[in-house]
Amino acid sequence: MSLQKEWKPALWILAGFLACFFLPVGMARFDNAVLEAFHLVKWYAREHVLLCLIPAFFIAGAISVFISRGAVMKYLGPGAGKIAAYTVASASGTILAVCSCTVLPLFAGIYRMGAGLGPASAFLYSGPAINVLAIILTGRILGTEMGIARAIGAILFSVIIGLLMEFIFRNEIKEKSAVEMVMPTEEGERSTWQNISYFAALVGILVFANWGKPAESQGVWAAIYGAKWFVTSTFGLILAAQLVFWFKVDWWKMVAIALPTAILAVLYPNQPLFAFSAGVVGLSIVTATANDQTTRWFDSSWGFAKQIIPLLFFGVLIAGALLGRVGHEGLMPSQWVAQAVGGNSPMANFLASFVGVFMYFATLTEVPILQGLIGNGMGKGPALALLLAGPALSLPNMLVIRSVLGTKKTLTFVALVVVMSTMSGMIFGHFFG
Amino acid sequence: MKIQILGPGCPNCEKLAELTTTAATELGLSFELEKITDLNAIISFGVFSTPALAVDGVVKFVGNVPSVEELKSYLKS
Repeated sequence: MSLQKEWKPALWILAGFLACFFLPVGMARFDNAVLEAFHLVKWYAREHVLLCLIPAFFIAGAISVFISRGAVMKYLGPGAGKIAAYTVASASGTILAVCSCTVLPLFAGIYRMGAGLGPASAFLYSGPAINVLAIILTGRILGTEMGIARAIGAILFSVIIGLLMEFIFRNEIKEKSAVEMVMPTEEGERSTWQNISYFAALVGILVFANWGKPAESQGVWAAIYGAKWFVTSTFGLILAAQLVFWFKVDWWKMVAIALPTAILAVLYPNQPLFAFSAGVVGLSIVTATANDQTTRWFDSSWGFAKQIIPLLFFGVLIAGALLGRVGHEGLMPSQWVAQAVGGNSPMANFLASFVGVFMYFATLTEVPILQGLIGNGMGKGPALALLLAGPALSLPNMLVIRSVLGTKKTLTFVALVVVMSTMSGMIFGHFFG
Repeated sequence: MKIQILGPGCPNCEKLAELTTTAATELGLSFELEKITDLNAIISFGVFSTPALAVDGVVKFVGNVPSVEELKSYLKS
């Protein structure tokens, strides 16, 4: 063997051997951590995949295919008014930033061709934190108030960061590129209200299928909980009708899905997952094969699923091994977490923001990691700080941002993100901690 | 002809590059495929929504991955 060619595999094998040789199997903490990892994965698979993630993928797919980015970019163009630009930039991440790889080009486009540094910074901060998938999963796993706080915190503070960036660099001459934005081709097949009611049907299915059991057995919430499958089915039927009339799906195909779904619902009223799965499978088959429009919808949803599910799986596994389920301990002792980011001190909030800014979170994996940290004693305030600072920035994308903004502006932006996230964490922790 | 795929390297950009290669090969075009991943270079095309495709420096579409058939019509025109 020639050492020059073979040193790499040899090194890998050696590393693998040493890892196996010293594998801490049998140590209580390690064995327990492995079990915790699998428990957590199982819990996710049972509680979150079918009812929450799958509808969320369909919604994300629909957004990326049917919502016109051109229409939104109008408000972020060079001639856009300040107030409109800031409002749209801070909130449009919900529908524009479904995937992290769309955020950076949009950011660079707004900065160079459009409304400028302020709105671009606002978009960069809020976009990744408030995309639909992130909000849905945060609300579902970390609690509704955390989901709402994440969305509102991201939007409010992104405006402040944008305004500050613009103010700090007000004297710089804008180096705008002379090129015009190339707008995506528009599809005018459905009117706005049709699009809105179509998204409403999708969101309705997601929301009511996941309606949690309220603590008290009387009242409005309990009534909704009792009727949740009825309401979900109604939204399902509305969606089916929309697909037939607006998306030109053959009506007999729709009946072929609805019938087995309804039969399963009647036969197994206590196992709603059967009917729900039948509906999902049917919807996938029909949209994947019916026509160009629905195929693009399905392909895009499938693209998200294919990209995000493996990341989330490993994210959950690692979070489970390190931090354990809620109320259990993983590899990392709880008191470390509680010491570092417990409570709501400025230091805890700052540490959470600082770590979040540099660490890279693959899409959505911040949620299981946060869940583990909170279960081990992380305060609510620092958790929000991490949620705000985390997805917006990471070391790799700082380098990309630097290539667009230059070193000085990038450092200022990073510093502002740390400060703002720390502050919003402290405010949230003060009221909800 | 020079075919340029604009995108920071996300899965969709890879898919577009793959489909474009298929389309161009099926058309029997002599082409050179270039992947542009640098954001500043992408922006200089006027593109803010990726993946996008440019032929000989002219942007054909932005922000989606079309089918092979659609790609062929872009490449022919």
